[in-house]
Amino acid sequence: MKTLIKGGRVIDPASGRDSIGDVFIDGERIAALDGAAQGAKADKVIDATGLIVSPGLVDLCARLREPGFEYKATLESEMHAAVAGGVTSLACPPDTDPPLDEPGLVDMLRRRAKALTQARLYPIGALTVKLAGERLTEMAELSESGCLAFTQANVPLDDTQVLWRALQYAGTFGFPVWLRAEDLSLARDGVAHDGEVATRLGLQGIPAFAETIALAKLLHLVRATGTRLHVCRISTAGAVAMIRAAKAEKLPVTCDVGIHHVHLSEMDLGYFDSHCHLVPPLRSLRDRDALRAGLVDGTIDVICSDHTPVDEDAKQMPFAESEVGATGLELLLPLTLKWAVEAKLPLARALAKVTSDAARVLGVKSGRIEPGAPADLAIIDADAPFRVVPEALNSQGKNTPFIGYELAGRVRYTLVDGNVVYASAQK
Amino acid sequence: MNMLPDAEALCAKLVAELKPHIKPTTAMIGLYTGGAWLAQKLHPQLGLSTPLGLMDIAFYRDDYHKQGLHHDPKRTEIAFEVEGRDLLLVDDILYTGRTVRAAMNELFDYGRPASISLVVLADRGGRQLPICAQFCGTTVDVPEGRRLRMKRAETGRLRLEIDSE
Amino acid sequence: MNNPQLNAAGELQHLLSIEGLPRAILTQILDTAHSFVGVTEREVKKVPLLRGKSVFNLFFEPSTRTRTTFEIAAKRLSADVINLNIAASSQTKGESLLDTVANLSAMQADIFIVRHAASGAPYLIARNVKPHEHVVNAGDGRHAHPTQGLLDLYTIRHYKKDFTQLTVAIVGDILHSRVARSLIHGLTTLGAPEVRVIAPETLLPTGVESLGVKVFHDMKKGLAGADVIVMLRLQSERMRGALLPSAQEFNKNYGLSADKLSLAKPDAIVMHPGPMNRGVEIDSAVADGPHSVILPQVTFGIAVRMAVMSIIAGN
Repeated sequence: MKTLIKGGRVIDPASGRDSIGDVFIDGERIAALDGAAQGAKADKVIDATGLIVSPGLVDLCARLREPGFEYKATLESEMHAAVAGGVTSLACPPDTDPPLDEPGLVDMLRRRAKALTQARLYPIGALTVKLAGERLTEMAELSESGCLAFTQANVPLDDTQVLWRALQYAGTFGFPVWLRAEDLSLARDGVAHDGEVATRLGLQGIPAFAETIALAKLLHLVRATGTRLHVCRISTAGAVAMIRAAKAEKLPVTCDVGIHHVHLSEMDLGYFDSHCHLVPPLRSLRDRDALRAGLVDGTIDVICSDHTPVDEDAKQMPFAESEVGATGLELLLPLTLKWAVEAKLPLARALAKVTSDAARVLGVKSGRIEPGAPADLAIIDADAPFRVVPEALNSQGKNTPFIGYELAGRVRYTLVDGNVVYASAQK
Repeated sequence: MNMLPDAEALCAKLVAELKPHIKPTTAMIGLYTGGAWLAQKLHPQLGLSTPLGLMDIAFYRDDYHKQGLHHDPKRTEIAFEVEGRDLLLVDDILYTGRTVRAAMNELFDYGRPASISLVVLADRGGRQLPICAQFCGTTVDVPEGRRLRMKRAETGRLRLEIDSE
Repeated sequence: MNNPQLNAAGELQHLLSIEGLPRAILTQILDTAHSFVGVTEREVKKVPLLRGKSVFNLFFEPSTRTRTTFEIAAKRLSADVINLNIAASSQTKGESLLDTVANLSAMQADIFIVRHAASGAPYLIARNVKPHEHVVNAGDGRHAHPTQGLLDLYTIRHYKKDFTQLTVAIVGDILHSRVARSLIHGLTTLGAPEVRVIAPETLLPTGVESLGVKVFHDMKKGLAGADVIVMLRLQSERMRGALLPSAQEFNKNYGLSADKLSLAKPDAIVMHPGPMNRGVEIDSAVADGPHSVILPQVTFGIAVRMAVMSIIAGN
């Protein structure tokens, strides 16, 4: 099928292009742009006047809750939420039930996702069996099933010996390892950032150095093994500085930040709002500002949603007892646009954090608009306002700290492999 | 507009009326705030054997469910046994009678008096309960939408006034 | 953010924390408590204010003394009192907190007195009760114990009259103490010029100065010239959590002895929220001595709780 997307503001963060033009799609690929697309015969024409044509978003962490937690969300609901949010590729962590530590489970998940023909799904494999931090998984086998990297998700791996061996083994095959930096004994029982807000609210705190101490350990192991490390969900100013230095040292390190930590801080906990009960915790304004600066200067490579649908019952608990996480697949785009406006950043640079840079870390070909690239696109009305209300969210998870916020940025069309997988009802 | 009588003169009149009725068992209790001021004037002139009792009815009002708890409640201080006493209950203005009803309920939580007589400076009518004053300084007609008050100047001099609601 | 404790007219609807309450409301509660002390001293200790109202004691964390004082206070207001001791077990996933409250609500509750081990639990309840229902926090985790804070403030006002002239020292496990947090908020709101916390580093929460207190590690320096000394209970678990080596060492450095007490003002008062660990945070001689106002604190506690319930139930 040949599709012509006409007259949109085509933004390709990878090349820095931001100009009005046409995109011609032939089958699953982008065939031609602008002038080269003149005269091409299209079966379908999408009028993108006044809209942005962007690579589809690549979300490095979205929990789909299958297998095992279907009462929280299902593949169907979450994949639909993804494309409604302009996300065309997403990586899901292995903290399912059972955890994704066997090729059979990964195969099944990929097949299920493929059958839905919505976004592309890249399950990240478990680093250790059952994520228990003792035995290594069959990483080579998992890689053949489609795992592009290996992780412990939010399950701590505190045994440094095992951590070192796991990194060595992954490095043997050139597999990247994605890890969150948190010292288990310092973070145990903590539910909020150890600072003035936790003191006032009487909540057990997790100090900033729980992250930096663990990160120092990880960086030493990277030096020793040369394995590619992607640090997930950094939250402290200290970690930003350490990554900056690690990159200057030319270590093979990348990192991401959750979209919630780009906008929120411990101040947003208010009167014990359990929608702000997140992992890592929302930290001080100083930390948040350092994260934003790290995004601008390139220290932080990627923004992800850290999408975690939680049923309302599990949130309607006293703060410390509530389940952690926020839903965010559909809000990744408007919240990234909000950050771009606040940081006075050109759209191409801001969108890179959720498209080309994310694709680079994940190791996939999408995330760019150029002839020959997969036709994964999001056609966006960047100014369209909407109110974040539970009914407006496609995800089964309605647990977001942004309930009630007025945001801008709605997806009009999402294409994957050249097919329109989402078209909004509005004109 | 009626000319209001002089409150000080009414006090003297009440003292004269009360004197013949004072017995060894007589005690006086003034209701905050106006009744307390009035009682503080009357008490020293009556030669009572007991100190003046002062009462706040905040916890016995019948309008708690509508108005909530009255701000700035004072503390009821009754330094004598209520049991068996002939009590003179003193208030400044008698109107609906609800204040007196509340005061009597509170009094009975202190003990069982032998009798209660009501002493007021002015009766403006408009009773909503079967209450009357045994000793009354004067009656006053108050126009619709106005309020009769007793005020105390810095000198301690009492006066009656009609204010808007 | 709307203060969840106040209704649209700025009146007290729930008592969840002293923090965030305007000075006028704190003063109103203390003044009303003053009137209720009069009631507690007479023969008939009851007033009819809450007749026909139901007060439900929802204690997810067990406590006999606090629950009993609330029960006495409610009964003295002529309310009906129902006690529910719900053993909080993290293992058993029984009825959720909100389901429990919803069921009780269906039984015509007017006031919920809530004690819970998790900070913030009463806020969750207050967000989910009907408009005519009121919540009083009887202690939530480490966060707040507002009625205890209020009775401590009442006690201080009773003996010392003017907050704006006082140096108050709070000694002990500030980190885990909801009582300390509530008292600190009350003192700073009412204008106490110097509020000190005295504790080893391990028992002080991060950034405690932001609450408006001065930190002392040396108890002798911290007690110098104090008008009021508040001793906090030290729980034995603290020795197991690598926060303190032993009760003995704690007592030597942070326990209140007659010697250390003599460093405070000659007319200083000694308070303790109870129950006391004699010989750990406070020596018996001091607890039973002339500076101690620990027993009057208990009496004032009933009047303060009567004041709180009668104010909120009327709003």
